[in-house]
Amino acid sequence: MPVMPVILWTDALVFLLLAIGLGFALYASRHEHLRAPWRRVARSRVGMCTLVVLACYCLIGVLDTIHFRLPLADQVSQPAGRQFGPEVLSLLDAWATPLRQRQEKTYSAPFATHLFVKEAITQPDGSVIRDYPPLRYGGQHLKDPSQRGWDIVATALRGLIGGLAVWGSIVAAILWRKARRRGLTLSVMFAQARAARTEVPWRTVLGTLAAMLVLGFVAGTLALKYHILGTDKVGEDVFFQALKSIRTGLVIGTLTTLVMLPAAVLLGIMAGYFRGWVDDIIQYLYTTLNAIPGVLLIAAAILMLQVYMANHAEAFESLVQRADLRLLFLCLILGVTSWTGLCRLLRGEALKLREADYVQASVALGVGHFAILGRHILPNVLHIVMITLVLDFSGLVLAEAVLSYVNIGVDPTMNSWGNMINSARLELARDPVVWWSLAAAFLFMFTLVLAANLFADVVRDAFDPRLRGAR
Amino acid sequence: MTAYILRRLLYAIPILIGVNLLTFVLFFVLNTPDEMARMQLGEKRVTAAAIANWKREHGYDQPLLFNEAAPGLAKVTQTIFFQRSVKLFAFDFGSSDNGRAIGYDISQRMWPSLAIAVPVLLVGLALNVSLALFIVFFRATYLDLGAVVLLVAMMSISGLFYIIGGQFLLSKLFHLVPISGYDTGWNAWKFLILPVIVGFIGGVGSGARWYRTLFLEEVSKDYVRTARAKGLTERRVLFRHILGNALIPILTGVVVVLPLLFMGSLITESFFGIPGLGSYTIDAISNQDFAIVRAMVFLGAVLYILGLILTDISYTLVDPRVRLQ
Repeated sequence: MPVMPVILWTDALVFLLLAIGLGFALYASRHEHLRAPWRRVARSRVGMCTLVVLACYCLIGVLDTIHFRLPLADQVSQPAGRQFGPEVLSLLDAWATPLRQRQEKTYSAPFATHLFVKEAITQPDGSVIRDYPPLRYGGQHLKDPSQRGWDIVATALRGLIGGLAVWGSIVAAILWRKARRRGLTLSVMFAQARAARTEVPWRTVLGTLAAMLVLGFVAGTLALKYHILGTDKVGEDVFFQALKSIRTGLVIGTLTTLVMLPAAVLLGIMAGYFRGWVDDIIQYLYTTLNAIPGVLLIAAAILMLQVYMANHAEAFESLVQRADLRLLFLCLILGVTSWTGLCRLLRGEALKLREADYVQASVALGVGHFAILGRHILPNVLHIVMITLVLDFSGLVLAEAVLSYVNIGVDPTMNSWGNMINSARLELARDPVVWWSLAAAFLFMFTLVLAANLFADVVRDAFDPRLRGAR
Repeated sequence: MTAYILRRLLYAIPILIGVNLLTFVLFFVLNTPDEMARMQLGEKRVTAAAIANWKREHGYDQPLLFNEAAPGLAKVTQTIFFQRSVKLFAFDFGSSDNGRAIGYDISQRMWPSLAIAVPVLLVGLALNVSLALFIVFFRATYLDLGAVVLLVAMMSISGLFYIIGGQFLLSKLFHLVPISGYDTGWNAWKFLILPVIVGFIGGVGSGARWYRTLFLEEVSKDYVRTARAKGLTERRVLFRHILGNALIPILTGVVVVLPLLFMGSLITESFFGIPGLGSYTIDAISNQDFAIVRAMVFLGAVLYILGLILTDISYTLVDPRVRLQ
């Protein structure tokens, strides 16, 4: 079925980021001083375990980044003047269509078969009673609701078997490739991996992968029959919302650093290299920006954007575009508030590097300033840039939640953990408590941020020669 | 020393001018008062007369930078830039969009903010440092590893969850303290317990971990080896020598945030309904009261610069090697 691809602003930047990531990986693999630390990361069990978790998140995020519009159903027969529907969908949306479309009336608990609130139901004989009405979709395949427990177990088992099967084939493929490259038999390779005698801790990697796959498959198969994390106020599946929020979190965590990077790197190394009045101006610039309380600057900028959007409503084709632009703007403004730290670090490093012999030699040989900056200074501060990118990530993901609470975060129509928390917070006053939205946001956020924090620690230890002896 | 402080104070002036210009551009040039009025009055169907009226009521009816109509010096002073931005330097914050004097509000709301922020800072500092010392005492054991893992896990939870969880457990389930609110004078204590506890728990992850790194850096230094070689007990080495030397970065880290305590905490105050400057700011943001946001931006910048100067001074006090000139 032909579709019309849609590339939103943040999509384009995410693709750019992926391209830069790939390019950098190629570059790093050819330069020993960058390859050695990454090899240390690859040898760390914590590092590889968290990397697998992060990769799973990224996969979902990327799936959710490829956007398109579907053709309208009644025009498929005449391809000439094909019209496309107004709705912008992503691959994740298309893949999880059952989750997206099975909307209930309002709250329902995880795995529930009935709504969370009582309603007036008209009985077949005409009398009206107040009771919990059955859900439209969740658990409605059951003939007898008392069978629910067994059905959940059976479905979960089916998911488990599916997950293990996929996992088994991936393991076999990886080990077979490695075994062939080293000229070993598969069974020897398997024994080595199981005894953790490989250089890269494959046992940990594959173990984590098993956990993620099994979890994913069990959740996936169950989600087709039940709302495994319940539904929210308007009846949307919370599990689906949490999945969609992954992209928002990842975009904020990575694009913010990406958009601030050019300015921070250029100004930082220029300040350190040229010193004098250039340094004074750049220092003045970042002290001034730093002096403004970050939240207030973000608030001011977002308020301005809201005023602009309210007065120029016609400039935005759809809600999705509007929300996307706001997300991009949030990344930009978060970048403005957070580039100063990196800039200062790079300035300090450049101050040190400009006294290095090879830089002095280049100056003596008459190499231009910008050639020196590009060829000698920049490659030698790249590791700082990378560590900052990794270290900042988790803080930014957490910041999104707080900003959305103050209503200066992402667009209220956009799925994000902050918005989930924000809308669920008031429901805690209900009795019995509506806890599942909070729990879902907590679970997804905690896993991502914990993995990112642990990974960042491993990366920093691998790159920071000063700490290497201390541990 | 006096000369140094004086120079730093002079250096603060261009920074404050920069902050002021930036907020001016953000609030008045990128979005004209007309657009602001339209927003406040309700988007689409607003007559030009209503906008002019709103602008006159709130004092936005002057030109931005240069008033041709006014006589003499008033050409410069009868402008939005002078009335709204330059006056901030004299801490004359003017009135908010709903007509209250911002300066008075700030002086009133400062105290509840401090009542929360100071205990959170002090309790957090004392407990985090003791906890970090405890972990370092057991360094390279499973206790150390377990504690670090726990701290990283606590660091990975959004502060919102601590607040929601604390309110839910202590107030709703066990009815120990009120969920939110505030009282004047000493009666405020029961409203302050929960925010302080939550503030500590929310900060312990990053705090104790940071102090642990500081202590660990000191542990491998020569003077520690000397102290041990003299035959001092590990406890004495830790509390006398290491703590003493690590105090320098700890102290300066605290001094830098001291002035900013006046600003209060946005999230804590709004969750617990404390009428401090943090909730003042949040209310201003949600009511789109730009006058208050501008005043708070300026105040925050002043306090930040004050913090930087205090840090430099505190360096000379705790570390005799540092001399300012």
